[in-house]
Amino acid sequence: MSLPATLAGAVTAILLMALVTYLTRAGGVFVMSRVPIGPKVERFINAMAGSVLVAVIAPMAVQGDWGARLALLATLAVMLTTQRTLAAITAGIVAAALWRLLA
Amino acid sequence: MSGPAPGARLDLAGVLSGVRRMAPLSLFVVVFGLAFGVAALSRGLSGLEALLMSALVFAGASQFAALELWGPEIPLLPLIATTFAINARHLLMGAAIQPWLAQLPPTQRYASMVVMSDSNWAMAVADRQRGETNVGMLVGGGIALWLTWLAGTLLGVLFGSGIDAPERFGLDVIMGCFLLAMLVGGRRDLSMLLPWSAAALAALAAMAWLPPHSHVIVGALAGGLAGLLVSPRRGEREATA
Repeated sequence: MSLPATLAGAVTAILLMALVTYLTRAGGVFVMSRVPIGPKVERFINAMAGSVLVAVIAPMAVQGDWGARLALLATLAVMLTTQRTLAAITAGIVAAALWRLLA
Repeated sequence: MSGPAPGARLDLAGVLSGVRRMAPLSLFVVVFGLAFGVAALSRGLSGLEALLMSALVFAGASQFAALELWGPEIPLLPLIATTFAINARHLLMGAAIQPWLAQLPPTQRYASMVVMSDSNWAMAVADRQRGETNVGMLVGGGIALWLTWLAGTLLGVLFGSGIDAPERFGLDVIMGCFLLAMLVGGRRDLSMLLPWSAAALAALAAMAWLPPHSHVIVGALAGGLAGLLVSPRRGEREATA
């Protein structure tokens, strides 16, 4: 099931995303006032939250060019050493740009 | 969230103070918004669509991930599942502050959640632990983040349209770098290595053998299931207590 990327299709997709996102924002408050989230569900959600990012990034690293790989490595290195998000992303962009300039 | 003073209130002064206290951080959000605007144009969204997404969804990681799925056709189920999976952390965040917000009238309670995001939530939780009853940090901080996220997207849309071949400047990797920074920027917890490895392997396997776009869902579920195997040590969030 998919929508064509016309204006109407895109707006529908965006509205669906907005609805789903609001449900996650309000859902915790709503559900917690009725049922407490058990430790198992919490472990699943905790692990899933990061895993979804991993699942998006991994193919970029494997299928991308060396510019993309170096960018991810640079971001990881700066993030682990400095914890500064903005610097880490900048390092990634610069790494990719430099590699493609030279290669 | 155990113990602090009972009571919760929401007033204009508290909201304005929240806006002020979030102002320094939200300047950085302009840059992320800009990156999103540029990335969105490069994935074929119109400027209007990019702005609409930032205004209504207001959740950076899921917006960047949605761009990965965007094409001539927008696959609905993967889009919904990915958006849910990435934003599922909101469920835990909301659950953590529920005992506090429960003391607000329902309209204020659910309206406040519209702008809940990672940083204003974290600052509001810190407020609460210091005994603050005013929810203004959550709402005001959220408004500041929303405004700057939207302003950044607008700049990206205006600035990005002037860039042809964005990959030459490394701009196509912003998305991946942003998500990676979000991933390792959270709390440092080695127990996540097992679920994350499972997620990466499952995503790559799905990429090779399963239908297109299924890799994010397959990876997220595999990671979640692997998370159940990780022994609950002190790495657990204590926020729900």
